[in-house]
This record gives sequence, structure tokens and C-alpha cells, in this order.
Amino acid sequence: MLQTRHIIDIQDLTADEVALVLDTAESFKEVNERRIKKLPTLRGRTVVNLFLEPSTRTRTSFEIAAKRLSADGINMTGSASATVKGESLADTASTIAAMACDLIVVRHKYAGAPRILAEKMDSHVINGGDGMHQHPTQALLDLFTMREAFGKLEGLTVGIVGDICHSRVAGSLIPALRMVGATPVVVAPPTLLPARPDVLGAEVASTLDEALPDLDVAYMLRVQMERAEGMPFPSVREYARFFGMNRARLDTMKPHAKIMHPGPMNRGVEISADVADSDRAIVLDQVNAGVAVRMAAMYLLLGGEAIA
Amino acid sequence: MPRPVPTDHILLRGGRLIDPQIDLDTVADVLVSHGEIAAIGEDLEAPKGAVVIECAEKLVTPGLVDVHTHLRQPGREDEETIASGTRAAVHGGFTAVCAMPNTDPIADEGAAIRFIVETAEQEAYCRVHPIGAITAAQKGEALAEIGDMCAAGAVAFSDDGRGVQRAGMMRLAMDYARTFDATIVAHCEDESLVGRGVVNEGVVSTRLGLPGWPKAGEETQVARDLRIAELTRCRLHLAHLSTAGSIALVREAKAAGLGVTCEVTPHHLFLHEDAIEADYDTNLKMNPPLRTADDCAALRQGLLDGTVDCIATDHAPHARHEKALEFELAPFGTTGLETALPLVATHMVATGEATWAQVVEWMAAGPRRSLSLPKVTLEPGGMADITVIDPEAQVVVSEDWFESRSANSAFLGDKLLGKASEVLVGGRLVLRNGKVVDQ
Repeated sequence: MLQTRHIIDIQDLTADEVALVLDTAESFKEVNERRIKKLPTLRGRTVVNLFLEPSTRTRTSFEIAAKRLSADGINMTGSASATVKGESLADTASTIAAMACDLIVVRHKYAGAPRILAEKMDSHVINGGDGMHQHPTQALLDLFTMREAFGKLEGLTVGIVGDICHSRVAGSLIPALRMVGATPVVVAPPTLLPARPDVLGAEVASTLDEALPDLDVAYMLRVQMERAEGMPFPSVREYARFFGMNRARLDTMKPHAKIMHPGPMNRGVEISADVADSDRAIVLDQVNAGVAVRMAAMYLLLGGEAIA
Repeated sequence: MPRPVPTDHILLRGGRLIDPQIDLDTVADVLVSHGEIAAIGEDLEAPKGAVVIECAEKLVTPGLVDVHTHLRQPGREDEETIASGTRAAVHGGFTAVCAMPNTDPIADEGAAIRFIVETAEQEAYCRVHPIGAITAAQKGEALAEIGDMCAAGAVAFSDDGRGVQRAGMMRLAMDYARTFDATIVAHCEDESLVGRGVVNEGVVSTRLGLPGWPKAGEETQVARDLRIAELTRCRLHLAHLSTAGSIALVREAKAAGLGVTCEVTPHHLFLHEDAIEADYDTNLKMNPPLRTADDCAALRQGLLDGTVDCIATDHAPHARHEKALEFELAPFGTTGLETALPLVATHMVATGEATWAQVVEWMAAGPRRSLSLPKVTLEPGGMADITVIDPEAQVVVSEDWFESRSANSAFLGDKLLGKASEVLVGGRLVLRNGKVVDQ
């Protein structure tokens, strides 16, 4: 079981708890390979997926995870524009709290929104991505995938490439890598870097080509045009030339090195189609791990019984 | 302006009189008669019917002035009114406040200024000096009717809440303001650098995933406006400076002989960005944002060496339900009228960093000088705007303690030492024993 009531920030978990989530996810991954992919573990518990920002893969992943644990899952979607019109997030939280749910998974456009929910309700909260802040279950599934690929996490060097400053994935993954003894290195033009990458625990590499030979993983981030204020680089073509993963760059990496991406991929921008489709890319392993890791997170937060 | 004086005579007995403007620091009595200081001396006799206030162990100072207050009326009377805001002001020890024009509608014409003056005459607990907008609707596109507003009683002009984006517009405003010898109060914020920024760009913006508001967003406009003031010879007052770089620019300009003044706020003096933690407390969301510990130190040094002329509150009341929004959506600002003096007393006087004479300079003399308000001194014949401070009075900052209609204070829960016990505005007793006297 976990000490924390919520998983909002990856650092709500201790290093031991991160290992526990990954180990638990191993068991669930095995369940996901059975013909009958369902456990009675969370029968009678209610999980609300509150997705106030468009999301297909994360929401689906949480939804499948809840169903496989026999929880009653409800999806609530909408827009997070808590402006003059419409209900505030605090009121939405109180409303859901009044319906006595056990766990809320929240995806929201603004950083800190899961804390507002956690304060307003007794339920457990899992952050499914808040603004440019964190996305802890993505970091957990990434760690799971790396551990599966390399047999260990300690000592790995992981290059995170691209739109770091708008990325909640990087916000969780960088500290998560530090927690397990791996080294995160960020590579991006300064227009896409946060003010202080060192605060998150990242080293900064000056160019992608210099960084690649040292990396065990090149983790390519999607360029989030929708969050940028003004175009952060002159053209997609120039971005791809200096910061995109392609076959020639892949060939400069260690033979065992892997390519990861949180999806959805912009083929031809941060990753070329041939690399995306190559056996060096383990993007679908990440998606597969997502369900097992989210089952583990839900199970451990709700304090379920031993796994059948 | 307060209504007629209900009491003819008030005797402040045995307080320590502090007024650095006339090198005064002595224990004496002050007799106030018919709105003026009638006499200062030892063992003054109380006239028949006089209200006698024992001031032993207390400080008697010229009335404090806040040059940067948001009273929210007209438009957001749910957050504050001229009546409630001035109640808060006298509770905090102020005898006058300068009301910023970003109300709804914006105070950008004579009629809007007259509304504030006339409402204050009827309802205010202290003096209210309106500040008019520099540009029509604070859009930064065309001059507001600065002359008409001067005639109606505006004491200065500001687009506070926003920076004037175009340098040419600021130049036009400063040139035109000279016609009326008016002061321009600059809110320095280059929107092309600040963007959607809500916290200082740096450690906290990175850790919390919030858009950063870089120091350069302020400093570039500070540098620009100092140059334009030099060009136009217009009086310039820089509002709520928050960075070490801004203070350095003002220090350099003053050394070169430019007649510029500036203010800092208690929240930028005594809080820095590390206060903003994973709970995303929106009461700590300010514009400009809380900076770093080094910036706090530079602001304090600026006060101590005279670079900074005054402390101003930027009192910004907000509705509870709006501050309860997501950090990026919640409005900027903290209330400040009631906590300013206790904070300065606690963090600068009690620690020995500053003297009470310096506090009087920063909160009474400096503010009046900055906006060319009538001078108030502790001398016979002087206007009886007086603050009596109990330096040993304890304050626990809580929502119940506020007179303001809003409670969005960055300092809730603080235990502070020193506050106003009596306030006289034009000889009228509006605060007594720390309680607002209903009018």
C-alpha cells in the first residue's frame, strides 16, 4: 500500500513506492495477457475519469484499467474554461464528492487543478495531466517500459528531446528518473526549455548530435504548438533538421539504444516515419504498459486485496 | 474627505512624537482643535469637552498615506467599496489613500473622478485621492482627458493593472501631462515579454509548471520610462517595483539627477517566490509576481539608502470564488491596507533594520512627496491627519480581523507586532483603541 492518498506529483511517491507500483504492474501485465482480462479487485468501487481537456489515449487507458479491475468507471468530459460562465472546478469537485466516488482521475488544462479537487473531496486523486506541470502515470509507465527493455533503471542515461517547457510528461519523467538512479538529459532550443531545468533534476545538452552517443534512450516529445506563444522555431523543417530523430541519427546511437515517445507522434517533425516504425522504437510497449501501470496505481491507492 | 469634525478638541497625551520632516522625536502632548494641530508641548491642558487619549508608550506620527489602493467602486462593490476600503485603510493606520482607476467603468474622464470625490465625501473614513487613467479605457491607444480629470481632483495618472505598451504612447502622455504638472504613475510590464506569465520565471515556474513572468518584463519598461521622463521632464512615479534590476535603474537615474520617485509593496519586501508551493495558493498570485530572496533584499536596501521613496500596498481585494479558481485563472493581487504597517513594524523595526523615523518617511512623508500631495507635519497649524501607533500591539492576521470586504491576504495566519491604535483625519477620530469609529 502507499503512504500518499493521491498521486498528483510523481514525488508524492517514495522511490520504494515507485518500485512497488512497477512490481505490481508486472502482475497486472500478466493478467492483461490472459484471455479473460478481468479481476474482481475493485468491485463496487467507483472511479470517475474527469477529463476536462481533450484526450483519447490517456482516458482510454485509465478506462480500460478501471474496467479490468471491475471498478465502476464513469467518464466526465468537458472543457476547463472556468471563466465567467459555467461551474468552477471547486464546485465540480464538490458535486462529484457529493456522489461518493472512490477515485478521481483528472486531466486538466491548468497546473494545480488536481490539488483543488483533492482539497474539496474525500476521494483519492490521480493526476492524469495538469497543464504544463505533471503527468505522473505517464512517467511510471515510461519507467516500466525502460525496465522491461533494459532489465534495470539505475545507470541509464535518458535524453528527453524537444518541447520540454510545455511538457507535463517531462515534468514528471525527469524527477522520476532521478528517483530510480537514472540520468535525465534535456535537449532543446532554449525557446522550448523551462527557465531552470536543473530544478527538475535535468542536465542540459547543447545539441542533439552531441548527446546521442551517450544515450540509452532518446525520448522524443511532441511539439505542442497549441501551448506555445508564438512559433518557437522558424519552421518545422528546421526543427526536424536539428532536433528531429531520423535514421541517420539513430545510427549514431548505441546498438541497444531505444526510441520512446509519449504520443501522439508528429511524424516528420520530432520523429521520422522510418524510425517510428522501426524495432528500435518501443512506443507501443509504452501504451501497453500504460494499462498495467494505471491498474497498479488504482489498486494500490484503493488498498485492494491480494491479486488473484 | 471626511465630513465635519464631530469633536472640537482632542488631546493626545504623552506619546512619542516622530516626524523626520522637522527632525522631531520627543515625548509631548498634541492638542487638536477644529481639525488642526493647535498646540504641541508638555502637560498641555485639555479644553472643556476635549477627548483625551493616553498615548504613553505609543508613537504619534503624521498620518500614513497609501499611494496605491484598489477600491473597486464602481463596478465590483462585492469586493470593496469606497466605504469598506477606507474602513480598512484607517484600520491599517492610513489617513489617505490614492484610488487606482481600473474600476468598471475605468476612471478615464472627469465625471468618473467626480463620482469618486463625491462618494468619498459622503461615505469615506479617510481622504481619497483619485488617480485617473493615462489612456482611454486603459487601452494604451489614445490619451484620456487628463486635464478634465485634474480639474475634477485627480492627483496622478496611471494605467495600473497594465503597462502602456507603446513607447510612443508613453512619450505622448508624459509630454501632455506636463501641461497640468501631473505625475504619471507607471505600471511597468511589457506584455510581449510577460505573455501569460503568472509567477516569477525561474525556480517556481519550472517546479509548478506555471507560465513565467520574467524580471526583464518589468525592467525593460522601467528603463524605457526613465529615459522618456528624462526626455519630457515629466514627473514619473514607478509603481510596485519588484526586482533588484529595477532598483538599480532607479538608483542610477536618481544619481544622474532625474526627479523620479518609486514605491515597493510589503508583499514584495517580505515574501518571495519560494512561498508558492504545491498547494498553488492563489493569495500569493500577484502582479508583478513574488520574486526571489535576493530581490527582497535589494528592495529593502533601496528603502534604506533612499532609492525607494515609499511603501505602497497595492491593496487588491478579490472575491473568494474568483481566488478559488485554478492558479492560472485566478485574478492577481493581495489585500494590503491592514497588514502593511504591522509587517513593516515586525520585519524591519522590531528586527533593528529600520527606525520608526524611517517608517514615517516611507509611509507618510515619502508617499505625499511622490504624488505631490499636501505636506503634513506635526507642527502647530498643521492639518490634523495623525496616526498613533502601538508598537507592542499584537496582530494575528485572520479573515475576521479585516475591515476590508475581501480577505485574499497573502499574510493570513501571520503573527505580527505593532499596529495603529488611533487615527485622526482632519481632526476627526476614525480609529480608536484599534477599532474603527462608525461615522
